[in-house]
Amino acid sequence: MLAALVDLSHTGHYLHWGFIQLSVANAIVILLMVIVFVVAIAVPFRPGKGHR
Amino acid sequence: MSAAGVRTLSEASRQPDDSPWDGPKIRYDLVKEFTIALVVIALLAVVLAAVFSSPDDRPVTIRQWAHADPGDFLATAVTELDGSSDTAGYGPPYNAWAPGEGQKIFPLAIQRWVGVHIPVNTTDDFVLSPLRLAAASDPRLHAAVTRYTTATPAQQASWTTAYTDAVAHVSFQGSTPVLRPGRYGPVASMMTGLLGMARTGGLDAVLLASPQFYGTDYSKPLLFIADGGYMAAKAGAQHLSGDQWGMMNETGNFPGQAWLWLYTMWYQVKPFSTSANADSLVWALMMLLTLGLLLLPFIPGLRSIPRVVPVYRLIWRDHYRRLAAEQQSLAAGAPRAP
Amino acid sequence: MSENGTSTPADAADAVFDDVRPAPGDERMWSARLRGAAVRALPPGKLMPDDQPSYVASWVYVFGVLTLAAFVVILVSGAVLILRGPSWWHVSSTGLFFNSIHLWSVELFFFFMVLHLWGKFFMAAWRGNRALTWMTGVLSFAMSIGAAFTGYLSQQNFDSQWISTQAKDGLNSVGVGAFFNVLNFGQMLLWHVLLLPVAVAAIVGLHLLMVRHRGVVRPLPARQGRPGRHRVTDRGAETAAGPTPAVPTPVGADGGDR
Repeated sequence: MLAALVDLSHTGHYLHWGFIQLSVANAIVILLMVIVFVVAIAVPFRPGKGHR
Repeated sequence: MSAAGVRTLSEASRQPDDSPWDGPKIRYDLVKEFTIALVVIALLAVVLAAVFSSPDDRPVTIRQWAHADPGDFLATAVTELDGSSDTAGYGPPYNAWAPGEGQKIFPLAIQRWVGVHIPVNTTDDFVLSPLRLAAASDPRLHAAVTRYTTATPAQQASWTTAYTDAVAHVSFQGSTPVLRPGRYGPVASMMTGLLGMARTGGLDAVLLASPQFYGTDYSKPLLFIADGGYMAAKAGAQHLSGDQWGMMNETGNFPGQAWLWLYTMWYQVKPFSTSANADSLVWALMMLLTLGLLLLPFIPGLRSIPRVVPVYRLIWRDHYRRLAAEQQSLAAGAPRAP
Repeated sequence: MSENGTSTPADAADAVFDDVRPAPGDERMWSARLRGAAVRALPPGKLMPDDQPSYVASWVYVFGVLTLAAFVVILVSGAVLILRGPSWWHVSSTGLFFNSIHLWSVELFFFFMVLHLWGKFFMAAWRGNRALTWMTGVLSFAMSIGAAFTGYLSQQNFDSQWISTQAKDGLNSVGVGAFFNVLNFGQMLLWHVLLLPVAVAAIVGLHLLMVRHRGVVRPLPARQGRPGRHRVTDRGAETAAGPTPAVPTPVGADGGDR
């Protein structure tokens, strides 16, 4: 089947702030979570759209 | 109440939180929503899998360890022989408790109370038994093992202590370990014999072997490997160590387990980072915090945070707007009941 | 009921079950009593309704169903991995692909579950006798972490070697490790593919039934009383005009015709 199009197997990149160490991958995941949450609250929800 | 049994938004909103909603409703197709969600998630997972795949770093074997870092292997093997390794001095569940062993949560020594359920005797299991197998075809090794096992404990300790000191500076001629001159007794040739066995993969096989042919328990080889520095060094290189927030991380550049952030955070800070009881203390603390999350509805103060941090005003702004509009239109002069 | 008050088929179905009691003489039958209790708690129209309160109008409400969808993808991809056994994905590119789907659906599962948790927290969704709904949610979270943990242990690669040899210390320190041996692949795999998925599915199922039984929690009052007054109703909505008039006007109608 398909081999990975983006190879994540190489040495990880890490961010450091004081005692906090966070992998770039995890930082992206957490950032996406916050963004999706904010977007979900901000974007209007129109009930009935597509349900009729 | 209207004749059709539907309250107005204002009326319905005044009912208690535990009463069924009898105000305005909207058509909402749950099954269709779930189906759409399923398709979206399935597609997302397939795309992510196709683009990024998943990590699969090959496992460490004792054979690999013996080839890559034989000095570390020897240094570990002698501590398994004389009972000074981490596993040998672990206490329950691997071996009998001795004073100073095991972790406690303040006065509670749960680890000790539970007792030995996964018996591991490092001297026999990791060193002497494998050597006896190898010695079946090696008379000199057999003689060395016999000399060791028939010596007094004091003599054994003097040999292993000397070897431990010397092996820190071991060099290799080809594959043969070379130590500075010293009184190692039979220990030097025993350790060299064990190294040879490890290099063939024989030690992996012996430690994995089960008395009933079939086995799925990797306790022994894993405990042996974990006592050494080789696997720990590989893990550290991948930011997987406990003091590197390792619990959250994955090998390579893959996302790991971000949801474990709070669990691993405690290991980075005092008093946990400097405590011998760190594991049991962090466990106890996390159990407490999880209980707190579970019982949040009953905890005054904490349960009021949503009222104080008004994210709800954004979530339900549509509802509040319609409520206000309804109030305005009523105030503007709808007919009253006689 | 829809907005203009006409009945939906769900209402008609419910009417049949409004008074489910055992037939005369069957009052002591366990089957009849269980059936009656189940149907009274969750008549079909409530179990699978066609409508929701008008305040269910935010994208925040989709995080729960996205979590559930991810759970289904986890189960299906996991089932495929079971078909060819635990070594398959190490030696086959198809196996690796399904392992990847399984891993990424787990990432999506926790991603949306935590967003769902944040949303429900800020909505104080435990109000109105919904404490058990909240608690089954937290239990689902905890059990899911356990299921994911045993999954990482079942990988049979470097990661699982490291995780197991590290995790054993925490578990041993509280006595659990003596019975739950993370170094025992067979034991961990069985917990991962049977016991924990069943436990998670059972708690999630209970959670969903509770949500249907109680309904989606109402909005917090537009203006707050003192914190701690959890039965406060929407006093802020009362106007100078006094009590509600007899002829209300449904607001925000989307048409409402069927």
